[in-house]
Amino acid sequence: MEWLNIILQGVLVGGLYAMFAAGLSLIFGVMRLVNIAHGDLIVLAAYVALVATDTLGVNPLLSLVVVVPVMAAIGYALQRLVLNRTLGGDLLPPLLVTFGLSVIIQNGLLELFTADSRKLQAGAIETASLHLGGGLAVGTLPLLQFVVAVAVIAGLQALFYRTALGRAFRATSDDQPVAQLMGLDNRHVFALAMALSLAVVAVAGVFLAVRANFDPSIGPARLIFGFEAVIMGGLGSLWGTLAGGIILGVAQAIGAQLDPGWQLLAGHIAFLVVLALRPEGLFPKVQG
Amino acid sequence: MPDPLLEVRALDAGYGDFQALFGISLDVAAGQVVAVIGANGAGKSTLLKSIAGVMPSRRDAVRFDGEPVGDLPAYRRVARGIALVPEGRRLFPSLSVEENLKIGGQLGRPGPWTLPRIYDLFPVLAERRAMPATSLSGGQQQMVAIGRALMSNPKLLLCDEISLGLAPIVVREIYARLPAIVGEGLSLVIVEQDIVQALAAASQVYCLQEGRVALEGAAGALTREAIAAAYFGV
Repeated sequence: MEWLNIILQGVLVGGLYAMFAAGLSLIFGVMRLVNIAHGDLIVLAAYVALVATDTLGVNPLLSLVVVVPVMAAIGYALQRLVLNRTLGGDLLPPLLVTFGLSVIIQNGLLELFTADSRKLQAGAIETASLHLGGGLAVGTLPLLQFVVAVAVIAGLQALFYRTALGRAFRATSDDQPVAQLMGLDNRHVFALAMALSLAVVAVAGVFLAVRANFDPSIGPARLIFGFEAVIMGGLGSLWGTLAGGIILGVAQAIGAQLDPGWQLLAGHIAFLVVLALRPEGLFPKVQG
Repeated sequence: MPDPLLEVRALDAGYGDFQALFGISLDVAAGQVVAVIGANGAGKSTLLKSIAGVMPSRRDAVRFDGEPVGDLPAYRRVARGIALVPEGRRLFPSLSVEENLKIGGQLGRPGPWTLPRIYDLFPVLAERRAMPATSLSGGQQQMVAIGRALMSNPKLLLCDEISLGLAPIVVREIYARLPAIVGEGLSLVIVEQDIVQALAAASQVYCLQEGRVALEGAAGALTREAIAAAYFGV
């Protein structure tokens, strides 16, 4: 029963990883951009939430009302002003520019907020839990985070396959010149995709900041978790990304149970095993 | 005669150091069908791409509806009413047949063409609306490509090699629908290697040779010999 509990906790953490990964996957899917600054943008969202909760005096979960639009606006501007200029035939310029962006965000946050660990206080919900019987219990907050993650993935899935915006994303991803012949301005479509990605980042950032301490340097590790979830799930598959996040979360939980030092190692090993057995991921959709 | 819908004047275009078009001039009146013929590499596709805005040109090299549009990007020319059926169809593989058609109409330009009207024109597409567009036969894919362009309710429809790679019977079937399309009042420029089809469908013919207009005239007035001479440059 103890192990069942551990696996269950791992699954719930996996939801958070899936949210890290969904924004990354979306950007790669639409414009083949690998965003090295993704993890730092998650941390940036956490600090935006910190400022919002401090100044407005609201619960961090309520601060999402502010943090999501702010991050989406940052995403739109970032894409229009900077990242669109790096896109083209070559994969290297966007990698270098987002790497630079990662350095700028980390150091900018360090200047503004120091290297002190921070945490958002969500109040009573942090310690509340649900007893499922038979000795199983889940925290209300991790459960909420998982439910939100599933809702985010389902929402993105519906947006991609049921709306005009999703059609525009898929068409632009398929064939940029022809998408322009349909009246789509690819610079605007890409900026909307980045805005959407950072809206998801905002949700992920707030949950990250509520569940654990954060400081300006933790972005790159979140990026790795996101990457691993995307690759395990298979490129282009949103539900696969959720599966990838869950595998990573469960592997880390099991590793941590065996030896507290093995948490991260177990996650990476699970990633390598999936990569060795199914290099294209579990539910691949995009080739190349 | 009123101003033509499309005026191309002294249009130059090229790819990097390679110049593909030299001083092309061409007129298309409202409701007119114009054929552009010529051998491989004569610059026919480049001409259509320049008109549609896939390739940039000088601002006043392309005038549409009395306005210079030569420097506008493709997505803004669609909004003005220029649609291109690209060579090789270029359907979106991630989209179903119906989604390909819908995205063609995503700007919401008013006009006669709607999803039901496209399905009336090409009934076979209605049966396959939910299938991935690229799973259809070549001829059906061409119908999707034409329907997708029509969905933007253009004033000017540019068709690049719509007979390419299709069986003659399928080509005849597609060409048989052109009168119904032109009947809605739009103008048509067709680029073709299939000269017989092009001459039968068009009222005015331009023959390109190595990036220049080698011959132009009313479709009925051109002799086979004159076309052969302009085509091959002999």
